[in-house]
Amino acid sequence: MLTDSTADRARAPTFLEEVIAQTPGDPRLEMCIQCGTCGGSCPSGPDMDYTPRALFAMIKAGMKDAVLRSNTPWFCVSCYYCMVRCPQEVHITDLMYTLKRMAVQEGLYHESSASTAPEFSGTFIDYVENYGRSFELGLATRYHLRHNPMGAVKMATSLGLGMLRKGRMDLNPKRIKGIKQLQAILEKAKALGGAV
Amino acid sequence: MMYGYYPGCSLEKNAIAYHQSMMAVARKLNLEFAEIDDWNCCGATEYFSLELLPAYALVSRNLALAQNQLKNGRQLVAPCSACFVNLLKTDRYMARSPELARQVNEALAAGGLHYEPGSVEVRHLLDIIINDVGYEAVARQVVKPLYNLRVAPYYGCLTVRPGLEKSFDNPEYPTSLDRLLDTLGAEVVDFPLKAHCCGGHMTQISEDTALEMIRRLLKNAADYEADVIVTVCPMCQLNLDAYQDSVNKKFGTRYRIPVLYFTQLMGLAFGLRPVELGFGKEFVSPTLALAKIGAEPPPRPSKKARPSRDALPMPEMPEEE
Repeated sequence: MLTDSTADRARAPTFLEEVIAQTPGDPRLEMCIQCGTCGGSCPSGPDMDYTPRALFAMIKAGMKDAVLRSNTPWFCVSCYYCMVRCPQEVHITDLMYTLKRMAVQEGLYHESSASTAPEFSGTFIDYVENYGRSFELGLATRYHLRHNPMGAVKMATSLGLGMLRKGRMDLNPKRIKGIKQLQAILEKAKALGGAV
Repeated sequence: MMYGYYPGCSLEKNAIAYHQSMMAVARKLNLEFAEIDDWNCCGATEYFSLELLPAYALVSRNLALAQNQLKNGRQLVAPCSACFVNLLKTDRYMARSPELARQVNEALAAGGLHYEPGSVEVRHLLDIIINDVGYEAVARQVVKPLYNLRVAPYYGCLTVRPGLEKSFDNPEYPTSLDRLLDTLGAEVVDFPLKAHCCGGHMTQISEDTALEMIRRLLKNAADYEADVIVTVCPMCQLNLDAYQDSVNKKFGTRYRIPVLYFTQLMGLAFGLRPVELGFGKEFVSPTLALAKIGAEPPPRPSKKARPSRDALPMPEMPEEE
């Protein structure tokens, strides 16, 4: 027999609760007073679909789809200006990281105007997971070749060559000794990967 | 004094000049930086964008290694501002959130490691120079003051943020690097955008966004007639130096402002040779700017006499009750 009493079922978490649960520590998002100091402080704000303030109002209104489709988190440069200025001490930068992760999990980032950002991050991570170190030459060539071949050519002929000539870029990635240990740690972390 | 040293990927190659000049200056100041054996990448801003627990686990492996390898005091220096923030933040967030600490340690256990939050003190190189060494001790090493060189002190965003407790300088308008450069004899210019972001990885994702941010910084330094921009972070150095040409092409500007590490200028003032300080890797050559350094201090502008209080129609402030 079907029981339909609400008391029998736990209420599904709201989008606001989901976002908070996916952000380490206490991000204080529910404390936002919509003052707009964040957007006013943001160096890349003009390129964003919504300012952080607007995005936070949308989160509270449960507009999950629109929030995760927006380019706002992907244009966050992680400079923490908003975070040190927020009168309510909302952990805005950490929340932007959370929204990026959620957008990728939900497969919604492709529609934002910074749609190659996750690929860039993914390529970066790939080198870190396989070598324990980042690898600029591989990162730049692999990422640009896939998304922007003309950009790759431009980069290879000017900036990339300059970097190599100046001795500022390695030709081969370096691998740490404890790569197996690191991979075991990361694998375990991925398996755990719950709310914090 | 002895510190654990976390170079980060940039200082291995791209910012090798920072590493070399830091080490050369350290020898003069009796600082010892012992590299953490087999450290890994901090994940920059990329890992946190896609993963939560793995990102914190990646950073905390370094903290665990530092905890095991360092003896007493356990101070860890990170010259790269991005590494600095990731290491510091991971330590603080693990201390604040027992659940995060528990899960990170469960992951670390898979590699036979454990990290106790608070057991390693993560510090930026600039913090160590100004607070542990001090301006007076720096001044005692200065044999070739940087007279006449107009410098714009550029802190970037992460060195003085994200506003976690015990930040060593003001996150809005820091002054520690200003005072350090003044100690070296340089002429420190006002630089209102000194704590603004260089654009970070946006050069790769949205070049227009990044070039506009870099343009603003270059314009600000040029407006105040700086000969050199002085930086404390490899990402800032790369963006302002390597993309200056792209900014000029896009905006029709003609900026030629060299971007140097603060440790390089310290080394010059200490009388060290440029080759010891990693010079020669810059895209914008500092040769012309550095030729400006004079043997004599510039004449101090004579203090203008303040006009008498009665001379100007100053508004009267109401007396406090």
